[in-house]
This record gives sequence, structure tokens and C-alpha cells, in this order.
Amino acid sequence: MREVAVIGAGITKFGERWDTSFRDLCTEAGIAAIEDANVAGEQIDALFVGSMSAGRFIGQEHVGALVADSVGLGGELHVPATRVEAACASGGLAFRQAVAAVSSGMSDVVIAAGVEKMTDVGDSTDVLAGAADREWESFAGATFPGLYAMIACDYMHKYGLTREQLAQVAVKNHYHGARNPFAHFQNEITRSTVMNSTLVASPLRLFDCSPVSDGAAVVVVCSLDKAREFTDTPIKVLASAQAGDTIALHDRPDFSTMGATVAAGNSAFRQAKLERKDIDFVEVHDCFTIAELCAIEDLGFVPKGTAGKFTEQGETQLGGKLPVNTSGGLKACGHPVGATGIKQVWEVVQQLRGEGGKRQVEGAEIGMTQNVGGTGATVVSHIFGRA
Amino acid sequence: MSVEPVLRLYHTSSGGPKMTVARFWREIPQRYNMVGTKCETCGDVFFPPRTICPHCRRDGKIVPCKCSGKGKVLTYSVLSAASDQFSALKPYVLAIIELEEGTRVTSHLICEPDEVHIGMPVSSVFRVLDREGSDGIIHYGTKFVPDL
Amino acid sequence: MVGIITYGAYIPRYRIKTEEIARVWGANAAEITGGLGVIEKAVPDYDENTATFSVEAARSALRRRPVDPADIKAVYVGSESHPYAVKPTAVTVGEAIGATPIMTAADYEFACKAGTAAIQTAMGLVSSGMMKYAVAIGADTAQGAPGDALEYTAAAGGAAYVIGNDDPIAEINETCSYSSDTPDFWRREGEDYPRHGGRFSGDPGYFKHTLGAANLMMELRGTKPSDYTYAVFHQPNAKFPQKASKMLRFTPEQIKTGLLAPTLGNTYSGAVPLGLAAVLDVAKPGDRIFVTSYGSGAGSDAFDITVTDAILDKIDRSQGPTVEQMLSTKKYLDYAVYARHKGKIRM
Repeated sequence: MREVAVIGAGITKFGERWDTSFRDLCTEAGIAAIEDANVAGEQIDALFVGSMSAGRFIGQEHVGALVADSVGLGGELHVPATRVEAACASGGLAFRQAVAAVSSGMSDVVIAAGVEKMTDVGDSTDVLAGAADREWESFAGATFPGLYAMIACDYMHKYGLTREQLAQVAVKNHYHGARNPFAHFQNEITRSTVMNSTLVASPLRLFDCSPVSDGAAVVVVCSLDKAREFTDTPIKVLASAQAGDTIALHDRPDFSTMGATVAAGNSAFRQAKLERKDIDFVEVHDCFTIAELCAIEDLGFVPKGTAGKFTEQGETQLGGKLPVNTSGGLKACGHPVGATGIKQVWEVVQQLRGEGGKRQVEGAEIGMTQNVGGTGATVVSHIFGRA
Repeated sequence: MSVEPVLRLYHTSSGGPKMTVARFWREIPQRYNMVGTKCETCGDVFFPPRTICPHCRRDGKIVPCKCSGKGKVLTYSVLSAASDQFSALKPYVLAIIELEEGTRVTSHLICEPDEVHIGMPVSSVFRVLDREGSDGIIHYGTKFVPDL
Repeated sequence: MVGIITYGAYIPRYRIKTEEIARVWGANAAEITGGLGVIEKAVPDYDENTATFSVEAARSALRRRPVDPADIKAVYVGSESHPYAVKPTAVTVGEAIGATPIMTAADYEFACKAGTAAIQTAMGLVSSGMMKYAVAIGADTAQGAPGDALEYTAAAGGAAYVIGNDDPIAEINETCSYSSDTPDFWRREGEDYPRHGGRFSGDPGYFKHTLGAANLMMELRGTKPSDYTYAVFHQPNAKFPQKASKMLRFTPEQIKTGLLAPTLGNTYSGAVPLGLAAVLDVAKPGDRIFVTSYGSGAGSDAFDITVTDAILDKIDRSQGPTVEQMLSTKKYLDYAVYARHKGKIRM
């Protein structure tokens, strides 16, 4: 098994991109990544793309072929393209497939893309409900915020988390987002904004929820031994992990713990031969504020039930013990579903290259990502270091 | 009267094109009568039913098992934002209920938002789950109310 | 002797007051309440309909007495608000009580007397020896056009009766009917709301048929009003049954228990079945019950019923909610929310 490195990364601005179509998003991020990697079209062996629901959002299937074609890799070059889907973990999954293709020796240079065009439908609530158990959760009255709200209710009941602590997650992510020129939201907010925003599903309010965004992110990977042919700053993949769980929240033994995050996290640390304290910063899946708290606990950074206090004390903000979501997270950077997993890798690359600008984590050497599908039925996690 | 030819769009709350009637018809024993399954090998009851026991897998002997409809609330949320299917019921309580057989279900809990609490005993009732527009099938099923 | 094996009722929890409806339409609340004798009515939740009422009532009946659903070989549901014009409510009920697939079923329509027509059919099927048990249900989510007089009373609810031969809790000694083609109240196919003949619904409608069937019954049985403990009449409002019972020489005491209209409204096909259920909730062995329904269009079904000892030892009435319990479990709506619930506002 060969070691793998990221040699290029590109991203679009996330947000409501009214004048940009699905394929425009692919082109924008794809070209940026390919140029960043200094790679020629002829050198690309395969493409993996994560997109949750192009079928429901824009009536488009066969997304692998469409994305490859959009970036000029379809006709003439006939690059094999594969679309993968794991709800909101589609991007992370695409990255993992790209890593596996290179690691196994099957391919040398591979593109991993994530894209979602969400604003071409009036209301995405029903489409997103497909990430849950349609028959027995969504049809029974569950919405996505409703499911995470029940996680929050359980968590608050068990651990005494306060509304203020939960709000701080969003405040902190907006602080980071304000320093990320590609983020959907670049405004800082206060706890009061969060706590007075419209109730969506108690206890979650509008500002506890990530927005509906359009966006795409693309990275290029190749084997570590060839990486320096393309870039002076290759980023090494130290671990690639994935784990699954029951699709429905009601079948989990403990609503406040994502077993798949625990499993994927453990697997990642084992592969990388690292400990939690070795991680300098982490990008986690804050589709809702409560999810970030569960994520950093389930990855093993802080004991269960303490993430609220850890956040309140500022430890997850730039300058703290463990900066979380310097990209702005899903909350502020935005959440074009399939793109998020790749965006997380893009952010790690920025940080490890020292190109984080106003949100640079000082002395960043090792970064981690955690990307979740649904309420935790799929979790993909990677660890990266400088090569 | 429309001067344009009108094409009826067939997207429903089932999450897809107006579904073939079979998809929900085959679930009637579950939706009306809470017929689940039980693994006789380990004793676990599953509702919604499973054909493979996650614990015993191929060693599990699966038989039908009707649930009583009694249970208690494990967690809940009051929803102010809903899908089209439930928008007329806003705000409504969504809960995960542990049935007395040990299995859990997600359901609309019909009660006042300030009534619900973790541990509240509930029992099942028969309600309309969805109506496919004004001319489609009406889907009935089971919801829950607080036990008196 | 054929009779009632067990019974169950269902009344939804929402209410709207007559005075609230009057307020919206600029009418005089006191006059309306005084004229109709109805102060509030029951209305369904958005996720309820005639089928859900019928199922809840039937399940309540089956919780009160051990009846093997496999022995139920017929289900008839009478309503003027069946959820489908074509596809019977009766099979949804059959499925939900475990009586399918070996059974017959059909839906009935005869304005407010479709439920009692179902009871008569069930009696025939059982008495003829064709089956052990047949279920008859009367239930409605009645509609009144916004602003129309009927809106004050059109209500929701229903009751279910399991009819059989062995150990009934109440024997149905006789049933007879009085029917004619009378256009006092109707609804054309495809129309949302019914229309009516105003005051014509009174004498040529309600009173002619109710008295017709009631007098015929007492003639057939050789009885007089004082022979009965209770009397239940159709109750589109409180005044009609009060007047009819007076004309027939029943006393206010006799009709009191079965007169639900004042706080329930008119549950159409559910009205007499619910009135009878309220009586059965408190009846004792030996009590005699006189029942006469009325359905516009028009017709009346009368029943002469004697309560047996089985009501004490073969049935556990506490296993299902009583009419009184359901009437007192209520939540008031204002007109806007009520309209949303009933789908009067197109969503």
C-alpha cells in the first residue's frame, strides 16, 4: 500500500450562487484545484465525486460523468468517473475512495470532488430528509433539524449543557468564517443573535443550524513518492478511516454518542500511530451546533459531556487548545452537502501549507477531518500532516 | 381555467415521484397494527421489523411479533419548521419512544408542547399520516398520545 | 337473541364554541345558542377523519370484551364524510381490527342515519345465522359551509357496535324503519358542502319520520313511553330531540343521558350511535332503551333494546373511554385555527 499526498486543492465561494449552475460550480473549483496541483489533464487517472442529491435538487443523475465532462476530462481523455453518496459524508467518502485508488496502486493521480447545487429547488427540507430513514423517521414526522434536536434534548438532559454553551459553537464558527474569504457567511455574531433566532426544533434555533448553500471543492491526490513532481507543499494522508451505524437515530444505544465517529476516530489514530494531543486543529461536521460538541467528544479530544464547557472557555477558537472548524465549519462556511467533506480537506491543506491567512493556526503540523452522513450512519475521518 | 396545458407534478412527501401504491400498502401491518419481528435466538424485538437480527445475523430465527403500542418517551423536540406533510400540524412534538417490548420508534406525539417530558408514558392511536394531495391515497398509521 | 356484544365510542378533543363562530360571522351568539341549544361542538384534528374515528371506536369496543377478530365476518361503516367517494372506510377498519381478509364490508350513506342502517344490516347477518359477529359503525366529520347555519352544529365523532347472538350486553328486541324520498337536506357528488331546505327539514323531514318510526315501534311492541328507562333521538341540535320526545310523551329525564348535542354538536351518522353509547356507559341490567335515528333524504330507524346482566360481567367498560370522559377532555380553538384544521383554508 503506497502512501498518498494531496497535491492541489480548489474551492468555490460557498453561498447562494444564483448565477452559477451545478456544472459551473464544478468547473470553478475543478480548474482551481488542477492549476494548484500543476497537473495536466492527461495525467489524471480517475475522478471521484461526492454529491448527495443532484437527482432530487436538479433532476440529474450520472453525476460522475457530468462532473468529469465539466472539467474537460470526459470526451477525448475518457477519464473514469465515479459518484459516491453517503448523504452529508459524500465528500469525505469521495476523498477516501481517491486515497484508496492511489494507495492500492490502481491509479496514480486522482481527483476527489464534492459539489452540491441546493438553491435550484424552493425548499430543500424534504430532499435532506432522505439522509435519514425515509420510511420510519421522515414519514413519521422527523425533519433533519428535528432529529438533531432530539440529540440535543437527550444531551442536555444527561449532561446539563446550557443554551449559552451551545450557542457559543455558532459564535465561534462565525468568528472563523469571518476570516475565510470563501465562507458563505463572513459576519461575526453574538450569543444573543443565536439565542433569539427563530425556533426551528426545540432546543435548536435558526442559528444553531447550518445554512442551505451552493458550492464545490476539489482536491488532487497522488502517491507520496511522486508528489514533489507537482508541488513543493505536498500534504501527506496519515490515516483514512470510515465507519457505519444504524440509519435511524432511534436504533442507537445512546443518542448523545455517535458510535461511527468513535470507531472511525479510533481507526484513524491507530493507522496514523498518533494520540489525540498530536492533533493541532480539526474540521468537524457541525451541521447543527450540538453535532460539533458530540464530534470532539466522540473523536476522543475531551470527555463525554464536557465539550460545552470546553467551547465556552474558548478552547476551540483560534488560539485555544484545539481550534475546531477554522474554515467556519458548516455553520459559517456553509454546507453544500456533497462539497463539505472535500472543503474540510481543502482547509487542512491551507493550514498545513501556512496559507490560512487571518485564520492560520500557529505551528499547524497535523490536522484532522470528520465528515458525517445523516445522524451518524456514516462517518469518514482523515488525518493529515506535512510531508 | 388555465389556458396552458397543465402538467401535474407528482412529487410527494414520500420523497419521490407519486409513489406506486404498493410501497405503503405492503407496510399496512406495520403502520396499522404495529406488527414487528422478534429474534427468537436472542429475544430482541424489532419495530419497525428487521428480517436480519443485527446481533445474531444468520443465526437469528426471525418471527413476527405484534407490539402492544405502549411505551415511554426517551427524547423529543417541538418542531416549528416542518415538511409539507406535517406543515398543518405545526408546532408539533416529535419523539423517540421506547416501546415496552424494548424497541424504539420515532413518531409524532400528539400532546401539548409543554406536556411532554422524558419518561412520559404513552400509548398508540390510529391517525392519518399523509394525504397525497386531493386525489391520491390517504396513508393511515400509528401515532402516540400521553397515557392517561 | 341478537344484540350488542360490545361497543366503543370516539370523540376528538378539539372544540369550538358557538359564540366564536357567531363572532366571526357577525351573528348574535345568544340568539343562536338559545335557538339551537348547542354551546360548543367537537371538531377533528388535522390528522383525523371518519376512518380514524371508526378505528378508534372499534378498537375501544374490542378492548372492552374478548372478541376474536377472526369471528367478525362483516364491517359496515355509515357516514356522510367517508374519506373516499370510492374505496370503503370499512376495509380500513377491518384491517385495523384484524378482521381481514375473511369478511364482507361496505360503506353506507344515508345522511345521519347511515350508522343505524349499518346496525340493522349487522342484525340481519347475525340473526340469519350467516355469521357470529358483525361490526356496525356510525361516524362523521360533518361539514358546514362557512357562514351557513349548519356550521354552528356540524361536528365530529362516532361509535362502533359489535352485533352478535351469544350473551349480548343489550338485546335488540325489534327494529323498524320509516323511509321516503324527501329532499330536506342533500349534497351533490363533487360538492364540498351540503344544502338544505331550511325549515322544510323540520316537519316534513325530521318530525314526520322520527314520529313515524317511533310510533310504529311502540305499536309493534305494544309499549308506551313510560316503559323505557332511556330514549335516544337524533340530535341535529338540542331542540329537535327535545320537541320530538315531548310529542311522543317521553320525559326530559329519559332523554337526558343520550342527549349530547349541547356540548358535542351534531355528529351526523355518529349522533345516535354516540347517544346510545352514552346510555350504555351507565346502563344497568334490565334498563330499557328506546332509540330512533333520523337521516335526511329521509328516513328513521327505531330500536327497542333491553340491557342484560352481561353488561356487568361480560364486558369491562373501563377498558375504553366513556362518552363523558371524552366530552370533558377538550381543547378550545378559535375560528382561524378551526378553519385550518378542517381544511376550509386551502393549503
